[in-house]
Amino acid sequence: MVSIDVWNAAVDFPIFDAKSRSLKKAVLGKAGGKIGTDQKVPIIEALHDIDLHLEHGDRLALVGHNGAGKSTLLRLLAGIYEPTRGSARVIGKVAPVFDLGVGMDPEISGYENIVIRGLFLGMTRKEMEKRMDEIAEFTELGDYLDMPLRTYSTGMRVRLAIGVVTSIDPEILVLDEGIGAVDADFLEKVRDRLKDLVKRSGILIFASHSDEFLMELCNTGLWMDKGSIRQHGPLREVLTAYKGKDPFENLSPATLAKVDPAGATIGSEESS
Amino acid sequence: MQATSTIEKTPPPPETSSRTWRKAVHDLVEGAKQRELWAHLGWQDIKQRYRRSVIGPLWITISMGVMVTGLGILYGSLFGTELSKKLPHLAVGFIIWEFIRNCITEGTEVFIKNEGLMKQLPAPLSVHIYRLVWRQTLFFVHNLVIYFLLLIIFALAGEPIPVSWTAIVAIPALLLIMINGIWVTTLFGVIATRFRDIPPVIQSLMTMALFMSPITWGLFEFENKNDEQAAFRSAFLDLNPLSHYIAIFRDPLIGFPQHLYHWYWVLGCTVVGYGLAAIVLRNYRARVPYWV
Repeated sequence: MVSIDVWNAAVDFPIFDAKSRSLKKAVLGKAGGKIGTDQKVPIIEALHDIDLHLEHGDRLALVGHNGAGKSTLLRLLAGIYEPTRGSARVIGKVAPVFDLGVGMDPEISGYENIVIRGLFLGMTRKEMEKRMDEIAEFTELGDYLDMPLRTYSTGMRVRLAIGVVTSIDPEILVLDEGIGAVDADFLEKVRDRLKDLVKRSGILIFASHSDEFLMELCNTGLWMDKGSIRQHGPLREVLTAYKGKDPFENLSPATLAKVDPAGATIGSEESS
Repeated sequence: MQATSTIEKTPPPPETSSRTWRKAVHDLVEGAKQRELWAHLGWQDIKQRYRRSVIGPLWITISMGVMVTGLGILYGSLFGTELSKKLPHLAVGFIIWEFIRNCITEGTEVFIKNEGLMKQLPAPLSVHIYRLVWRQTLFFVHNLVIYFLLLIIFALAGEPIPVSWTAIVAIPALLLIMINGIWVTTLFGVIATRFRDIPPVIQSLMTMALFMSPITWGLFEFENKNDEQAAFRSAFLDLNPLSHYIAIFRDPLIGFPQHLYHWYWVLGCTVVGYGLAAIVLRNYRARVPYWV
């Protein structure tokens, strides 16, 4: 059974190279977490007072301003950061997709990158080779998979990264924004695949600024603000509160058909 | 299917600290289980370095071979040692030195260099450590070819290197040195991630250590000179732990008399080193992703 439990967790980053900060800088801006100044080493409180419980079937949309702590929260939920205070427990195999440039070796071929990412996600080389054809087909990269990754465009890298994580049946899928770099056709494929994946397995956590995408894939919403949870509930409510208007209102009928207007139940069975 | 998020909340567990021995050991064990991952990455690192070069990793062997031949001839003539004795001593010394030095200097950057991967994919810290030690082992194997070449060359030249069956001791010695590579990388890696002045400091210390250790020279070159400072010199040498690591591997391979006290030193350092690494890993393992 997959589940994510976070109790009263906080994530503080020590900033070792910022020696002297002026008072002006220390005053809170709109972007970024609170910066503590009482210690010798300045600390950025990226997250605080996080309480969260996710279980099988949850498809969480993460929204919030830049620097509100979305990516840090994703990393906390993926088990990359252990909370500085409080505790977190992640049960299940996590497959994250963060900044797409990082973590891939530009000098080696697409195939090799696929294998390495697969190994990192707990697969064996053999298992990855078995999936290679499927990934090649899904990503539509074809002969490009033999080319070094530095010849890829951003969108192609996104395709590769998504191809890998969606091919391995992760129990917990963690997606950061940035997968918007792909073209519309591929986005359609990603949608179908993610929907399918979420139906089959575990938990999806998705940070994005694209309402449409969120509405299609997610059922609950979480609004991050200044490092803490501002609101957590049905997606429609959260998006309405965050945007100040109901985003479901202005949808084209075609899109509306794809998403469930209530935003609180899993609608993909009926609508697709 | 019902979407619940906050309704049925499990009670929080007793406050678990990330600073436990269990978690530190767990990290090392889990990392070791991902053998396929770090073995692949380690080999990839080598292929990567020689990508698009025609003879590829053979360059490792060639560059080491050229260096030890040149230095062997130079220092052999400086000390007045015959080449059949000087060259194997210097070559094997340099080969194991390279392994030790790289574990230490690259160990200081093991997490800094892998920042991207660490922030992108959840994996035990030890994966990066094993990868580095494995990579150095592969380099080492490439370099070891030179030793076998020397065996053949000197045998053909009629001045064979006096190896006997006791050369087999070099295998457990090598294993012990590799095991030491793990704590060295862990300890220096974690500390250097927090204090970024450590890597340059270590680097300059290692350059000095190269000349302080019996690699380009050996005590055997002074033995017959009946020098009153000889005792002082060997005592000074004993305080350099690196000289013992070099000795346990080199001496059996070149037919030098083997001394058990080198093993005591190395085993002692291993225990102390693992103790320090365990403390560091227990206390700061969870902090490393924050520091990189």
